[in-house]
Amino acid sequence: MRRRSLLLAAAMTIPLVAGCTTSTQDNAERTVVLVTHDSFSVEQSVLDKFKADTGIKIDVRKSGDAGALTAQLVLTKAAPIGDAAFGVDTTFAARALTEGVFAEYKPADADKGPQKYAVDNSGRLTAVDVGDVCVNVDLGALAGRELATPATFEDLADPRYKDLLVVEDPATSSPGLAFLMATVAHYGTKDWANYWKRLKDNGVKVVSGWEEAYTQEFSGSSGKGPRPLVVSYASSPSAEIGDDGKPRTSALLDTCFRQVEYAGVLNGAKNPDDARKVVDFLISETFQKLVPEAMYVYPVRDGVELPTAWQQASPRPEAPSTLPADDIQANRERWIEQWRTAVRA
Amino acid sequence: MAHGRPGLTGALATAALPLGFLAVFFLWPVVAIVRLGLGPGVGAVLSSPDTWSIVGFTLGQAAAATAVAVLTGLPVAFLLARTSLWGNGFVRAAVMVPFVLPTVVVGLAFRSLFGDGGPLAIILANAFFNVAVVARTVAALWSHVDRRAEDAARSLGASRWRTFFSVTLPVLRPAISSSAAVVFLFCATSFGVVLLLGGGEYATLETEIYLRTVQLFDLTGAAALSMLQLASVVAVLVIGAILRRRSTALRLRGRADTARRPVGGEWGIVAAAWGVVVALMVPIVSLVAKSFESGLDGYRAIGGTGFRGSLQVTGWEAVLNSLRAATDATWLALVLGVLTCVALVTLGRTRARPSLIETIDTAMMLPLGVSAVTVGFGYLITLDALPGDLRTSPLLVPLAQALVVTPLVIRTLLPVLRSIDDRLRQAAATLGAAPWQVWREVDIPLAARSFLAATAFAYAVALGEFGATSFLARPESATLPVVIGRLVARPGELNNQLAYASCTLLMLVTVAIVITVDRLRVGSVGEF
Repeated sequence: MRRRSLLLAAAMTIPLVAGCTTSTQDNAERTVVLVTHDSFSVEQSVLDKFKADTGIKIDVRKSGDAGALTAQLVLTKAAPIGDAAFGVDTTFAARALTEGVFAEYKPADADKGPQKYAVDNSGRLTAVDVGDVCVNVDLGALAGRELATPATFEDLADPRYKDLLVVEDPATSSPGLAFLMATVAHYGTKDWANYWKRLKDNGVKVVSGWEEAYTQEFSGSSGKGPRPLVVSYASSPSAEIGDDGKPRTSALLDTCFRQVEYAGVLNGAKNPDDARKVVDFLISETFQKLVPEAMYVYPVRDGVELPTAWQQASPRPEAPSTLPADDIQANRERWIEQWRTAVRA
Repeated sequence: MAHGRPGLTGALATAALPLGFLAVFFLWPVVAIVRLGLGPGVGAVLSSPDTWSIVGFTLGQAAAATAVAVLTGLPVAFLLARTSLWGNGFVRAAVMVPFVLPTVVVGLAFRSLFGDGGPLAIILANAFFNVAVVARTVAALWSHVDRRAEDAARSLGASRWRTFFSVTLPVLRPAISSSAAVVFLFCATSFGVVLLLGGGEYATLETEIYLRTVQLFDLTGAAALSMLQLASVVAVLVIGAILRRRSTALRLRGRADTARRPVGGEWGIVAAAWGVVVALMVPIVSLVAKSFESGLDGYRAIGGTGFRGSLQVTGWEAVLNSLRAATDATWLALVLGVLTCVALVTLGRTRARPSLIETIDTAMMLPLGVSAVTVGFGYLITLDALPGDLRTSPLLVPLAQALVVTPLVIRTLLPVLRSIDDRLRQAAATLGAAPWQVWREVDIPLAARSFLAATAFAYAVALGEFGATSFLARPESATLPVVIGRLVARPGELNNQLAYASCTLLMLVTVAIVITVDRLRVGSVGEF
């Protein structure tokens, strides 16, 4: 019996020892700690190639969603948890900038596309990708109901499309907030709340997150829910291509809101020189080509071609709505409150 | 006799490690983040009626879910502790499965079972996660309780119910109140379930602290709510400690002596227990069924990294990562938990004031009742002062998990250790046993089963832990719950299939581990 417990004790120790040995680092190595959000994804081989080319090892640390990431960067600005950060988006950019989280750095390639999406002229944040939030439709389900595909915000409030739309709560969901902002941008600060009252009268359903909306309520996903209209991303249809090779869903390109994700060098970074090279890498052709498939977002660099499935099912929205980052920062809480009054009352 | 009553100093020295751990990895970060937010706005938040309706809903739903978990957990505890029936091994493992399931997946399952969710769905989902806490904690004590007192009451003419309420229940009270306290804290701080099933219309302190901290960066509001959360948790724990105060020493027996074939009306309780197990299986089966919706595609994909490489690890690597992280957290929690229990039991034998014991006991429970966001963000502004900057180190994962798992170890082990008749220890000491020999000969054999129960528990909690892991794990060390969370958040049928297949895999791993741990028999309890 004693031998067995010894074995058990030994078995329990091995993983910790293994954990220790794998986490020890060679100090001579040039390492850049890249703090990012949960959705960041890149194949290991790409990081290995970058290391072989530059001698820099990128150490990826994920820190929750874009909001959590920004909050963490702000809290730790006196003693940063990394050298560079990627994933602060349109919604949170103003907070990171006013709090002085990022140092000034403008990559040489910034004018090859990223500059078009810049949040301001300070050159502290570099755009890396664009993820537009748009209403998605289940084409088959609408055809089955003998309904034409809607196109505009007005269509969504049209009684023909009663009880068909599901959206996310802007207080708890990032696409939910983006869609709210799309309506603010489209209808203006005076009328957007009235539009939501009309949506409510037209039977819009509100759930708290994207998972429930898309995988459970939406009829075009594997969950095969009851509603053929959902707030999701312009990129989502590229993942819902049928066995016949035809897209089963499509994004309404006139209902989109542009969310840009930014990267930058952190103020107080231990290794700022190499951190700049990592920001360069994020807008390099190599990395930009990968972002659609790895993270379901559009590249910002000019001339980077989209994968075939995207060209077919998820074309880039031409003229999505936008709002200035400062406006978002100043009004977010009030908008959510007004939205609550309009929709929940 | 002098040997049998080790001094206060020795006990406090034993408690130093767990208390030091608590101070560094819990109190310091929480105090720091709350202090950062303290400001004139705190009063406004505390006096707002909205705040108090959130407090009311938080405590109300947690109390209701705890009641459901206790009422459904007790028949299962009876089945596991008092009967020797075919299928008990399965039940013992099956009740643990809900514990490891990611909340997002369970939330989605309850949404499809209960329409759009709502308070009832929130309460049932929270109870679903926690039936195991009651069933296994109570069973751990019950299986050692001498049957003869009940038999005597029955033969003196007491009805079955009368016997239960006046003989059995008082004996089980420490374990019931122990587990109820744990369940209450889990439910009061449940996050994903409330968001998903509340549909945005219901908020708890936990969800509100998250929204204020992460979305609005309103640290003042978050600090006010964190203090409220802490105050209500302490209040509940103090009530629990008072309820546990009058615990009686029992004649604890070996399990073989107490389990037998049910007779007469006991079959009714067995049926109720199986009813509970079947109810627990409904959401579980619906998840497994989902994983087979497009045949075996999801399972074939486990060897890969998701649709278009959504993940940076394969399913198998995620299993290994999960096991590694859970193992580290488990042994750490066992060390801390056992040390705390030894210190508390030893203190109980000295003339130490009961309030000192209760304070240490309550303090170790606190991490269960405080928002993961508060603790996690507290780490960010404190731990860089320690050598090696743990803030983004993978070592922080088992440390943070152990904080949550240790209270469970204590709550499983302590009721049994406290219920051991002190006369046994005194007898051993009189016969010349040194203090460590008293432990070896008396306490350890009697508590062995509960130690195993605690181990299985600790492992399951650590396996299913999502909060700390998703914040701290590196992409290459993603665990199964983290992988499932990522997959569910992506479009595409294959990702969805893979998510549910990974869930099934997580359940199988859990069942295998619980069964293995349960089968380890550390010696057998002797006759006293």
